[in-house]
Amino acid sequence: MKEVSKEDLALKNGSIPSARIKEKKKTMKLKNVPFYLMTVPALLLFAIFHTYPALQGIYYSFTNWDGLSFTYDYVGIKNYLNLFKDLNILNSYLFTFKFAIISTILVNVLSLLIAIGLNAKIKGKNFFRATYFLPNVLGVLIVGFIFNFIFSNVIPNLGDKLDIGFLSINILGSDKFAWLGIVIVAVWQACAFNVILYLSGLQTVPSELYEASSLDGANKWQEFWKITFPMIAPFFTINMVLSMKNFLMVFDQIVALTGGGPGRATESISLLIYKGGFQGGEFAYQSANSVIYFIVIVVISVIQIKVLQKREMDM
Amino acid sequence: MLRQKTNWPVTILIALGSLFILFPLYIAISIALKTPDEMAQSVLSLPTGLHFENFAKAIEATNFFAAFKNSALITVVTVVFTILTNSMVAFAIARNMDKKFFKGLYYYFVSAMFIPFPIIMLPLVKQTAAFGMDNQGGLIFLYIVYGAALNIFIYAGYIRSIPKELEEAAIVDGCGTWGVFWKVIFPLLTPINATVGILTCLWAWNDFMLPLIILNDPADATLPLVQYIFQSEFGTDFNLAFASYLLALSPMVIVYIFAQKWIIGGVVKGAIK
Repeated sequence: MKEVSKEDLALKNGSIPSARIKEKKKTMKLKNVPFYLMTVPALLLFAIFHTYPALQGIYYSFTNWDGLSFTYDYVGIKNYLNLFKDLNILNSYLFTFKFAIISTILVNVLSLLIAIGLNAKIKGKNFFRATYFLPNVLGVLIVGFIFNFIFSNVIPNLGDKLDIGFLSINILGSDKFAWLGIVIVAVWQACAFNVILYLSGLQTVPSELYEASSLDGANKWQEFWKITFPMIAPFFTINMVLSMKNFLMVFDQIVALTGGGPGRATESISLLIYKGGFQGGEFAYQSANSVIYFIVIVVISVIQIKVLQKREMDM
Repeated sequence: MLRQKTNWPVTILIALGSLFILFPLYIAISIALKTPDEMAQSVLSLPTGLHFENFAKAIEATNFFAAFKNSALITVVTVVFTILTNSMVAFAIARNMDKKFFKGLYYYFVSAMFIPFPIIMLPLVKQTAAFGMDNQGGLIFLYIVYGAALNIFIYAGYIRSIPKELEEAAIVDGCGTWGVFWKVIFPLLTPINATVGILTCLWAWNDFMLPLIILNDPADATLPLVQYIFQSEFGTDFNLAFASYLLALSPMVIVYIFAQKWIIGGVVKGAIK
């Protein structure tokens, strides 16, 4: 390999007939050993720090380990059976799904509307684009702390001044409405990424299509459903799947806003695993919970991709 | 095509919408610059004077520069090594997708994207503690390894679009596999390196969960973690707390203001690939 042969030079100069070049090409392949050297260490590290802990989690889910003791016993599927009887677990799944579904819908509707607005002929387009994307570079936890103050002080303050009853309470302190506060913060921040993605999708729609449809006398509403939406369907798929997956894992926002409260009203699955596993002595039990949680996320992602891709094809 | 006129109604709606984005930031800045007395009078009004002493107090109380140094170190080292290592793994995989081993490897890494972090969280903490990795080094290491799932996906797609003829020319010139990667492929990866670098930077800088569970020594704490730790100590001193939040947010915001086009472009490319 290292030495440049006469033949190589001749090949470069084009003085060897093409038939021979073809023959030469076959031998002109890279050595395999370096490819293995490039990948095997990564494979090992990934297996040790990602796959192995995942398998360990599955293993512990069949024990009664509290996370601290030196010994533990094998308990079979007892943890799994208990999970289905546990009201706290049920509550965390109900809350997480309610939150994730509503946030996913809101984020996608709002983002698409904003993206369409940004794609229109408007003044200061670049400034607004940069503004709408700004939340994406801010830390979720700190954004949560800022909103926490807005909910607990700014809005009640305003409510008192304007004498509007429902504004003068801190919604984060309310059993019934605390989850809405978390939805607002999550949507505020997640829109940034989705707007930009939809916007880049809208820019792939050829303008000739719109010209043709306006000649046909289609109105804006028809134009959106007949042209825009089908054309950006792949972006809709990505956004729905990614935002649903992210929302199902909600953690930082809740730590910053409610800590899971009041009571357990806003305790997400991630937060429950974290709290129960590290502080509640439920290491094995929460491991079983995370196995179920994993299966749920995979099933939902797969269903979403299948359904949405089928819609894409039909359109 | 005719030049369209500016669409004013939409411009106004977009402008009003952007107020929703900017309002929380306005609140944060104005409170960080107020005194408690001013706040008691009105939460919403502009600060009368600029009380930068809140920032001085916040820097002292949270030991801002130490946390800033931790975050910056972790982020920079993570980004550099992620780009150098993950691109190499992706190159080996992308060029050998016809072989079972590498194809399997590709799906192994990519499918890991679907594994929610909480499932590995509990055992991982035991493991990192046992390996003596409950520190900044361990955190950086985990970011580089975990990032591989998404990054290999992004890189491999791009590398497959690079014509093989370029490599063949380099082989003729006497390059081995390593030479081809470092001299030919890696320089061609600049745009996608930027994408991976930006995504990794945002993740490592803003991440809260991994530092929360991995780091043992408070002296190692990153900026988000410090905000969390001091949350209880701030108590009702909101002016101090908000000065601290702003300090923690500002480095990334400043970078964003200057590199806004790249960052948006990078994030979009990462998502569409």
